[in-house]
Amino acid sequence: MPSPVSEDDLNAANASDATGAPSAGPRAVLQLVDVTKTYALEGVDVHALAGVTLDVHDGEMLSIMGPSGSGKSTLMHIIGLLDHPTTGVVRVEGEDVSGMTPNQLAAVRNKRIGFVFQAFNLLARTGALANVELPLVYAGVSGSERVRRAREALERVELGDRLHHTPSQLSGGQQQRVAIARALVTDPSIVLADEPTGNLDSRSGIEVMELLQQLNAAGITVVIVTHDANVARHAQRIVELRDGEIVRDEQVADRLDAAAEMVQLGMNTVSRPANVVDGAGVAGGAAS
Amino acid sequence: MNFIESFRVAVRALLANKVRSTLTMLGVIIGVSAVILLVAIGAGVQGQVTSTIQGLGSNVLFVFPGVINSGGGGGGGGFGGGTGAKPFSLVDQQTLQRQLGGVDAVVPLETAQVTAKYLAHSVLSQANGSTDQGQSVVSATIGGGRFFNASEDDAGARVCLIGYTVKTQLFSNGQDPTNEPVTINGQRFTVIGWYQKVGGSLGGDQDNVIRMPITTLQNLTGNPNVSIILVKVTDSSQIDFVRSQIKRILSPSYGDQITVFSQDQTLGIFNQLLGTLTIMLAGIAGISLLVGGIGIMNIMLVSVSERTREIGIRKAVGARTYDILSQFVIEAVLLSVSGGIIGIMLGALGALSLSSVVPTQITWWAVLVAFFFSAGVGVFFGVYPAWRASRLDPIEALRYE
Ligand SMILES: Nc1ncnc2c1ncn2[C@@H]1O[C@H](COP(=O)(O)OP(=O)(O)O)[C@@H](O)[C@H]1O
Ligand SMILES: [Mg+2]
Repeated sequence: MPSPVSEDDLNAANASDATGAPSAGPRAVLQLVDVTKTYALEGVDVHALAGVTLDVHDGEMLSIMGPSGSGKSTLMHIIGLLDHPTTGVVRVEGEDVSGMTPNQLAAVRNKRIGFVFQAFNLLARTGALANVELPLVYAGVSGSERVRRAREALERVELGDRLHHTPSQLSGGQQQRVAIARALVTDPSIVLADEPTGNLDSRSGIEVMELLQQLNAAGITVVIVTHDANVARHAQRIVELRDGEIVRDEQVADRLDAAAEMVQLGMNTVSRPANVVDGAGVAGGAAS
Repeated sequence: MNFIESFRVAVRALLANKVRSTLTMLGVIIGVSAVILLVAIGAGVQGQVTSTIQGLGSNVLFVFPGVINSGGGGGGGGFGGGTGAKPFSLVDQQTLQRQLGGVDAVVPLETAQVTAKYLAHSVLSQANGSTDQGQSVVSATIGGGRFFNASEDDAGARVCLIGYTVKTQLFSNGQDPTNEPVTINGQRFTVIGWYQKVGGSLGGDQDNVIRMPITTLQNLTGNPNVSIILVKVTDSSQIDFVRSQIKRILSPSYGDQITVFSQDQTLGIFNQLLGTLTIMLAGIAGISLLVGGIGIMNIMLVSVSERTREIGIRKAVGARTYDILSQFVIEAVLLSVSGGIIGIMLGALGALSLSSVVPTQITWWAVLVAFFFSAGVGVFFGVYPAWRASRLDPIEALRYE
């Protein structure tokens, strides 16, 4: 479904405004240059992404927002090297990935990127610990080291007492926290989350957002995909997509702090290891 | 990821899917054990009949009255000869005995159903009549006593040798039946010997037999016929010569209504009779194999979508194509091989425990065919969808429905 010409022009103008002078900002951990993705459906081309240029800066928390069908997931999959663009260039830490073999891409995903999906995507009938261990298995980490780190990651998401629960024995919020533990267990530089709160009730959703803000506070680049403006406002920067194009790219003026929201809702903010909270501009200050 | 790690991943995945793993193994087990068992029965029966006929020695010619078409159904009468053919009598045997050169023995055979009694015990048995040279064409060994001699045959003496089943039915354990009186079809006989156990065969118990002079049997039944004449040739290179002599000698009385079979031809006739059984068993075995195979295929294909998503998850978190493939190959091989081994053990166990009822003989080609077919189906349908999924972009695998 091609979008009206006038709107396209407008979008393009907005996009170039918003992304003006990208080189002046902090180092780009991820760079997309004129990325398109076209699906051929029964002879009709669907332009899921119609030329997206975007820098994701090291250490920032970015929301990709937009209505359903605007291309957010497609964009995230390309950013995460789960999918390849039809045209355009993707650079991870300055390196063009188009020449990489599937196995090299797998290695980059394994070492640099953590994923959190709307549908959790945990291995069924497999315990939380084993699920969190999975990326370490493919990273070649030895058995005992693996268990130690996976346990640590699960403790960090407050699931230290659910190590052997399988997904079906966990609530949605708990499953998503297992997924977050899996995403962070390899110490990635980027965590990508596609509608991480989409299948959760509001309280579990806030918990998940609080965890993601915490990760970001600890220095990890976080990209959240959401159609929900409130969820998006937990980031420092919002990029808005419409019909596969960026129509807005701006810093968030009134950023939400999930930890503070939890306090307001009378929820227990979990006790965090000091080093995680320390130096965290957003989460730490407002929560205490 | 090294092999040990791949192995651990595969075992973990198998344990996480116990139902699927069990069902797949069951498919292999059923296919393999059924084939082994059924082929063992077919081979066992055939082996026994063959060994019985071969026990007569390769130099034996089988002379039947009438024309038996070795290529068709004419052999349906078995030892009874062609239907409606003029039967042999002892005269024919005597003629052959007198005129044939280069032979060790010319033995007439006749059979009848008889009832034998000893004290309060009684048994329905098959009486076999032959001349005193009959022992040379009997495969059973005499356990005690002796075979009857020529004068007993000439006189139609009421003496007999009893097979192992008859001995156990009529006499108590450990009792020597030799010289004991038995009643056969109301006539009083003396047991002069007994046979050791031969073993069962399909459609009859070779041990349920009573051997006596053919004249005695003919007196007993009032039937002067001879079903078949066995000719034991001295020198096997003379077989064709003797065969033509037999036809020449008997042609004045029978014309061309004579069939002379070598051991191979007789075996051929019996193999034809057993062919139906073998085809039936092989058919059932084939169906079991197919059902097992379809079961395996079905389970594997039904789980493709779930497993494809699993592959998507694994690839998303960093699994390489090799990691995925080695996991699935190891999984499939583990299931198929362990299922195959269990199937072989069950099939062999079944064949062994059935051997008291039906002769069984485990055939190695059947074991191999069944094992490799089932294991092949298991490995193929375990690995092929995984191989396809491993080549997808991770997101395509994750989205698979
Ligand atoms: N595998 C696919 N095949 C065909 N069309 C697709 C596929 N994935 C997404 N699309 C289309 O691309 C567009 C963007 O989809 P998506 O990125 O999932 O949007 P969002 O996540 O913003 O809801 C939609 O029009 C969708 O129908
Ligand atoms: Mg989406």
